[in-house]
Amino acid sequence: MISSRRAPSWATVLALVAAAIWVLPYAWMVVTSLKPLEEIARDPTAPLPKEPQLDAYREVFAQVPVGRYLLVSVAVAVVIGVLQIVLALPAGYALAKLRFVGKKTAFGLVVACLLVPPQVTFVSVFLMFAKVSLTNTFGALVLPFAASALGTFLVRQALLSVPDEIIEAARLDGASELTIIYRILAPLLRPTLVSVFLVSFVYHYSDYFWPLVMTTDDTVRTLPLGIALLKEPGSGVRWHVVMAGNVILSMPVLVLFAIAQKHLIRGVAGRA
Amino acid sequence: MLGPSLAAWILFVFVPLGVAAHQSLFSWDMLTEPEWAGGANYAALLEDGELWRILARTLGFSVLVVAGSMTLGLALALLLDRPGGFFAFVRGSIFSAYVVSWVAVALLWVLLLDPDRGVAAAVLRTLGLPRVGFLTDPRAAVPTLAAVTVWKITGYAMIVFLAGLRAVPRSLHEAAALDGAGALARFRWVTWPLLRPTAAFVATTSLIVSFQAFDVVRIMTGGGPARATTLFVYAVYEQIFMNLSVGKASALAVVYFLVLCVLAALQLRAWRSQTPGTRGAG
Repeated sequence: MISSRRAPSWATVLALVAAAIWVLPYAWMVVTSLKPLEEIARDPTAPLPKEPQLDAYREVFAQVPVGRYLLVSVAVAVVIGVLQIVLALPAGYALAKLRFVGKKTAFGLVVACLLVPPQVTFVSVFLMFAKVSLTNTFGALVLPFAASALGTFLVRQALLSVPDEIIEAARLDGASELTIIYRILAPLLRPTLVSVFLVSFVYHYSDYFWPLVMTTDDTVRTLPLGIALLKEPGSGVRWHVVMAGNVILSMPVLVLFAIAQKHLIRGVAGRA
Repeated sequence: MLGPSLAAWILFVFVPLGVAAHQSLFSWDMLTEPEWAGGANYAALLEDGELWRILARTLGFSVLVVAGSMTLGLALALLLDRPGGFFAFVRGSIFSAYVVSWVAVALLWVLLLDPDRGVAAAVLRTLGLPRVGFLTDPRAAVPTLAAVTVWKITGYAMIVFLAGLRAVPRSLHEAAALDGAGALARFRWVTWPLLRPTAAFVATTSLIVSFQAFDVVRIMTGGGPARATTLFVYAVYEQIFMNLSVGKASALAVVYFLVLCVLAALQLRAWRSQTPGTRGAG
């Protein structure tokens, strides 16, 4: 009913207020990053910089190896996303299409894993990695997330609506199980797999907690850690530099979001 | 087919849970040999009351975050479920906060909430209200962190509620309208009963997200002032990386996990047990 009528004016006004609450902070981030330090000190809440300049961005690049950190962040997020898809496909296939003893228990385990955030396990995983000298390595950032309970769950849900005849026909043609999974079913599940990848990418690109606890030096430092270090405690914070770092950190995900909003939203809402 | 995933989960979820339970019974600083401690780590955490304080803080924070983001998310979903580019833009803006890094959000709000040069302080001054130390006043700090978290994750609740709203058959609304039900009655008797499973889902995931809060604490307050924002995950982090106490960190992690399980179970049960509304009445 509601959606067939023109939106009443009160709805437009409220929506404008909501837009202001969520958009203006970003605007403030950009404005501050373009201000020279004296301007921030003199009039911190001036809505626009008098003499906009890019010095803060130059300073971020001078203080932080942005290119290298960005590369590590993107590599971590891409490798995790790919591994999750490669592993979730056969797992979801088993749970949706195969009959085996303990299937219910296995499905219960997947759901249980959804309930155990990395914040529960990090102390133990850190100790395990330290024992085999894997802290400060790419593997420490990637391996714990290779199997995704959420991804498996979404693949299973999507496969439930794929008719069994497709699989049986392929078996009659002599296709192996792996061929069926990766060559025949994967293309059918493309929208689901894209969503799984994007949700995972966005999460791990931005993740601060895991890289923080698994690394103690610069070897595999990710961009969120590098940017967070721009705000040194104690000394006066150079806000234009911190906000410039924030813009650099946020830009890639916001661009990705603008391009692939639909897939991301489906991945997030698809859980319901 | 399930093998590789199962192996990874055993290695990175189930074994670590066991390791945490085991380590919580030892006293170890990662330098010398671990020593058997029995329940001493748990006893120490209970004795100085720290465990209860951490638990109370985390629960208070979670209640604010879950209630805030669910109420706001549902209200925004109802408000913005309209056709047109403008409403799509507003939906996208709100959801974008969920996508952006916690680091960026936390740093941005430290600036916005700065008691002297922040925009929030300027707004308070203009309105003639007293100065609030959002992050420096122990009473204000947890609500402030909760508010920032709500700002960040409300888009998520909104998106899931929107998906739920769109699954409500239109014919039900039309039938109820023909029976003379106003907008409020239609929400109460048609939309809400059908939205309950969605709400239960959002409640559970938001609970877990709120329990995971760490980035906002580490970046915005460092657990202060006067430990007012030392939430659960930050407390575990502090024990292992600042106090080098593996045993206490593990004990805290075990309690953290158990509390999370109990809360999730209680919450799901509460959502299930309430009698569902009568469909189409009114």
